[in-house]
Amino acid sequence: MALPKYTEPHYRIWHYTYLTICGFVFFFLIAPLFVIFPLSFNAEEFLVFSDGMKRLDPDAFSLRWYHDMVYGTKNPWGLAAKNSFIIAVFATIGSVILGTVAALGLSSRHMPFKGLIMATLISPMIVPLIISGVAIFFFIAKVGLAATHLGIIIAHIILGTPFVVITVTATLSGFDHSVTRAAASLGSNPVNTFMKITLPLILPGVISGALFAFVTSFDEVVVVLFLAGLDNTTIPIQMWTGLREQLSPTILAVATCLIVLSTLILVTAELLRRRSERIRGINR
Amino acid sequence: MSSETQKILTTDGIPLEVSLKKAEKKNKIKAFLLVAPLLLFIIITYIFPIGEMFTRSIDDRMVTNMLPKTFKAMETWDGKELPPEEVFAAFLSDFRVLAEKKEHGKLGQRLNKEKNGFNTILKKLWRKMKKFEEGNAKEQIMAIHKRFRDVKYWQAIKRTAPPYTMSKYLKGMDMYYNEDGKIVQVSEDRRIHRILWLRTLEVAFFVTVFCFLMGYPIAHLLATLPMKYSNLLMICVLLPFWTSLLVRTASWMILLQQQGIVNDFFVWIGLVADDSRPEMMYNKTGTYVAMTQILLPFMVLPLYSVMKTISPSLMRAGKSLGGTPFIAFWKVYFPLTIPGIGAGCLLVFILAIGYYITPALVGGASGTLISNQIAYHMKATLDWSFASAMGLMLLTGVLVVYWIYNKLVGIDNIKLG
Repeated sequence: MALPKYTEPHYRIWHYTYLTICGFVFFFLIAPLFVIFPLSFNAEEFLVFSDGMKRLDPDAFSLRWYHDMVYGTKNPWGLAAKNSFIIAVFATIGSVILGTVAALGLSSRHMPFKGLIMATLISPMIVPLIISGVAIFFFIAKVGLAATHLGIIIAHIILGTPFVVITVTATLSGFDHSVTRAAASLGSNPVNTFMKITLPLILPGVISGALFAFVTSFDEVVVVLFLAGLDNTTIPIQMWTGLREQLSPTILAVATCLIVLSTLILVTAELLRRRSERIRGINR
Repeated sequence: MSSETQKILTTDGIPLEVSLKKAEKKNKIKAFLLVAPLLLFIIITYIFPIGEMFTRSIDDRMVTNMLPKTFKAMETWDGKELPPEEVFAAFLSDFRVLAEKKEHGKLGQRLNKEKNGFNTILKKLWRKMKKFEEGNAKEQIMAIHKRFRDVKYWQAIKRTAPPYTMSKYLKGMDMYYNEDGKIVQVSEDRRIHRILWLRTLEVAFFVTVFCFLMGYPIAHLLATLPMKYSNLLMICVLLPFWTSLLVRTASWMILLQQQGIVNDFFVWIGLVADDSRPEMMYNKTGTYVAMTQILLPFMVLPLYSVMKTISPSLMRAGKSLGGTPFIAFWKVYFPLTIPGIGAGCLLVFILAIGYYITPALVGGASGTLISNQIAYHMKATLDWSFASAMGLMLLTGVLVVYWIYNKLVGIDNIKLG
């Protein structure tokens, strides 16, 4: 954003002030995440930068807390990670199937009561989480699934489907329906048409919806706190307990791993978004 | 020409109009069948339970079911003077049934909430009623304790007769039914819920304002910079967006602690003395700072997606027509971004108003919000009907916000990323 030569001085000043403000905001957004990295390699038990760390003394850094995270005695992280992955994977599969099928119906121009049904389907996303938590808890407790994996998976499907519905409907909005008609006229049955024609074309939307659903489930703590028993502890629950009781560097090691995971998800989501935009661009 | 030949027929000999309508209907059913599984799932697992929250929050059938004969007898009692013999007799017989089922203690506790001192006299009644003679229940009960001769206690029973009550909602607003059945406020020093409601609104409002003030400039920068720079900067917005909420809260706990980096920095630039480091966590400051950073991406993304669609030539046109850059911005650019502002503010406000995790961890006592109170009653006191009532009050507030938003901006203008 180079300024033209003829810019008057006070606009020039304003422009640089504006850039500085933006710089501060970006710093405010991203810097907190980077505090965790160095501290998770701290050789000491305190959550402050030791003098050795400030001097970049190699002895002040260690993998001690990562070791503790994996091999620590009575450590809850192994079970929590396993549970989190199982729950998130099944919740994602459920959300994607239900959400994609519903999105196909919703994007049909024949769909009756579109607005009302759409509002109902995405309501778990727009109602504050604590209220959803209470409502879902009542349901899960009534059908006797409290403190089971299945109960938590159902809860996370409820919270995850709105994201799939929204992303897939968005992808379908640029979808050229004449290709499915062409397939049908060539003798393909609807299921075959969907698998061979529609799905590959909307796949970027489906996958980014799946990523949203996965992250929602993987990071969800409000509803799980109501539902989980001792056997269903997840990473967010362990982090929550850890942060409430005592902030130990092991949590920072876990947090670092989670940041790495979210970076991977971010990169995937971005690549998919660009691909989806490219495909939609060609269709237009 | 007859009307028959005018109609276009399909190959089956059916008029085209009819055939088309049939096909249309078939398509409608097809589309609906695709949506049906998810719709049913959401209705059963989510919409109905929210309805159940409502019935649970107003449910007061416990006493109604415990004293069926008493309430039947009380129907004819005007409630001004002591009830007649039939009411006493009915009460005694109901109470005997309860005592057999060992549920009289529950009744005592519930009625004690309605009028202090009930528990004691019911226990006394339970001990003495074994020696009661047949008939004349009124005199025998009144002889047990002077409170049974006080009409206020019988009025209290009558008040519990309706199977539904608004008392949980009143409690959520720091009010209750007094002995005369009128709605009154609790004493000044016990009005905790009102403070929480106001604080929740205040925090949600200011977090929205902060997010807007910080989000608008960077969304504008992202939308106007050339792609290769803006993609890089976009990571600063998207990485926090995809990172676990607990991770971000944890990093704020590290930053804001008394020996933390923010305080270190303040000491280093000489803003505060080393021995008087301010407490920045476990109070409202911590809540504001952490929530603003956590919710900022939800403001930036809708703003960005709207700003991206605004052609830069509009600003140039505004300037070339004689407007200063500020006037061009204010009269041309800003009005075009209003849908984005609306969507971002709505999103942030709704998320902030129901926030639970971050305030619970960095908020301390003065930073807790209404959601924390709901969770507390769900998990600690197990007063689920009160938690439901407060949840629904919050939901009503959220729906009002949506309604206002729809009137001002239109709900269809929401764009997510």
